[in-house]
Amino acid sequence: MPVPAYSFLLLSGVLFTMGAVGFLIRRNPLVVFMCIELMLNAVNLAFVAISRYLNSLDGVIFAFLVITVAAAEVVVGIAIIVQVYRAGRPMDVDDLDLMKE
Amino acid sequence: MDTLALLVLLTPLAGFIVNALFGRLLPRRIVGWIGAGSIGLAFVLALLALSQVLGGHRLDQTYFTWWQSADFNVPFNLYLDQLSTLMILVITGVGFLIHVYSIGYMREDPGYSRFFAYMNLFVFTMLLLVLSGNLLWLIIGWAGVGLSSYLLIGFWFERTSAVFAARKAFVMNTIGDVGMVFAAFLIFLNLRVLDYQGLFSRVHQLPKGGGVITAICLLLLLGAVAKSAQLPLHTWLPDAMEGPTPVSALIHAATMVTAGVYLVARMHLLYDWAPTAAATVAVIGGVTALYAATIGTAQIDIKRILAYSTMSQIGYMFLAVGIGAYTAGMFHFMTHAFFKALLFLAAGNVIHAFHEDQDIRHMGNLRAGLPITFWTFLIGTLSISGFPLLAGFFSKDEIIRGALSAAGGEYVLGILALITAGLTAFYMFRLFIVAFGWEWLAHDDRHLHEALPVQTIPIVILAAGAVVGGYIPVASFLSPVFGQPAEVGTLAFWGLAGLTLAASAVGFAVAYVLYARRPELAVAWRTRLGPIFTLVEHKYYVDELYDRVFVRPCLALARFLNDIVEPRVIDGAVNGIADFFLLEAREFRLIQTGRVSSYALWTLGGAIGIVLVVAGFLGYLPVRLGG
Repeated sequence: MPVPAYSFLLLSGVLFTMGAVGFLIRRNPLVVFMCIELMLNAVNLAFVAISRYLNSLDGVIFAFLVITVAAAEVVVGIAIIVQVYRAGRPMDVDDLDLMKE
Repeated sequence: MDTLALLVLLTPLAGFIVNALFGRLLPRRIVGWIGAGSIGLAFVLALLALSQVLGGHRLDQTYFTWWQSADFNVPFNLYLDQLSTLMILVITGVGFLIHVYSIGYMREDPGYSRFFAYMNLFVFTMLLLVLSGNLLWLIIGWAGVGLSSYLLIGFWFERTSAVFAARKAFVMNTIGDVGMVFAAFLIFLNLRVLDYQGLFSRVHQLPKGGGVITAICLLLLLGAVAKSAQLPLHTWLPDAMEGPTPVSALIHAATMVTAGVYLVARMHLLYDWAPTAAATVAVIGGVTALYAATIGTAQIDIKRILAYSTMSQIGYMFLAVGIGAYTAGMFHFMTHAFFKALLFLAAGNVIHAFHEDQDIRHMGNLRAGLPITFWTFLIGTLSISGFPLLAGFFSKDEIIRGALSAAGGEYVLGILALITAGLTAFYMFRLFIVAFGWEWLAHDDRHLHEALPVQTIPIVILAAGAVVGGYIPVASFLSPVFGQPAEVGTLAFWGLAGLTLAASAVGFAVAYVLYARRPELAVAWRTRLGPIFTLVEHKYYVDELYDRVFVRPCLALARFLNDIVEPRVIDGAVNGIADFFLLEAREFRLIQTGRVSSYALWTLGGAIGIVLVVAGFLGYLPVRLGG
């Protein structure tokens, strides 16, 4: 029995909401980071599911793009986090407010 | 032959580069001799070119292509025919003598090397103007002589008056340059060529006397008028006398100011094709000749008298080339270069002897003090006044004869020229008698010293030219360019010569009586002529007129723009925009909290907003957006 398409979208929505909420409320940069990944992959899941549903490869290609961008983003993000750690600053995104007006 | 023309051109350039870069390091003697020597070498090369041209050679050599874009093609080519050969001979020959003179004249000037660098630059650009084989390089040379003229008028830049005079000359000349550029533009637009060969062969494609060719010729004339100080763009030349005297002799008498004559002569096929424009040239020339001569009678500054004389003589040349007597115009150019350079250089000696005083009323008794200068100046005066068998006699006669014997209404201009001949004799002898003095000033006990041999020898050579220059067969030399001039019967020749001579004799007699015999009569006549004298003395108030019509409105506009438009409108707009953003930013800065999560919330809100809007447009929401 095939799994209906809407269940994938539902799962995707749940995962995205978890990521978004976690991103908003958590203060540890690493966790915030994981939440971003969660959101990205939720979107990926939706892309792939709809791609399958529509018998089109467009969504898959988008997913690949997202994965690539996510990989690059991780490289930059982790580097920033390591630098912040080395500088001896607190691992708290709310305290990293040098850009504040 | 093909490299000879290029070498003539490059030798002064080399002199300029050496003196400009290393002149301050080199000893003065070497600087002077590099400056004069490079021109002397160019003269020797020009003589070689002359021997080639006499052998029947002509040159139109392209050295490289400067621009090439579709059918717009500007080569760098030099054009050496009889006309340009005559020009380069005078430029380098007279130029060499004036450079040698400058070695003595400028010997105590702190700007010695700068002076020679500028002078060499001038000769280079003047040769470029003359040798160029196409209009664009002609214009480059044209602008180049304007630049070097500017630099040399303002040579003593500590003097405010010199700086103003230089600026005035530059602005006036720029008006002419614009005309030249537009002329070149019109020529290319209509004929698709800029080089002389192509231009001369295609000019007959235009309708004769039509609007296009007339416009081209009048625009070229605008350039010529500005460069040659003819009416109405003449006011810069008298002020240009602020420059050192050798500069006045070389640039503002012998060579550069005659570039307008050269231009019309060079473009004679165009002017033959545009009779209206040619007539305009002749009228401007005739009127300027008379106008400047009248002013010359009332001036007291020795160099200014000579400047107005130059303007008047160039008016003769314009008259000649305007009525188609091209050889006569070029002939007068050559003889004028001799006697006017001579007069200026001799005047330079006088000015030095009187410690830079240029007022002729303060001078006198020069025969005893400066004998060589005295006698050579007398020769120059006789030559310019048309004393029989001297150079000026032949060339001036040829012009007046051409005007009087022409078919149409040119005889009016001929009569103007005759009157001018009388006035020329009058103002030159007035200058000579007042400044150089006769016996009655012999009691003068000032100790005057003759100039150095390095100054007097060039003057003597020029005096020789002013005496025998009239026997140089310029007309037959130039005949390949302009065709054979009309034969004149002996009777007509001497008849008209007698007429000119009579006019000059009257001028001389009046000057002699008024200034040598009965000076009280001069004073009496001055009061009797009252307002006319004042008008002439003030140069017909043309400077004042231009000041009212052009300078003051421009200044007023500039002041308005500076005082009102600049602070209120322009600054107001710029500062207003800046103030607006500063004010707005004060509110919006508050959303920059530095907290990542708040940024994320904004981002999320934005994303949701976009989704909602898109969904609304697509019709998924109960609210209908758009169509």
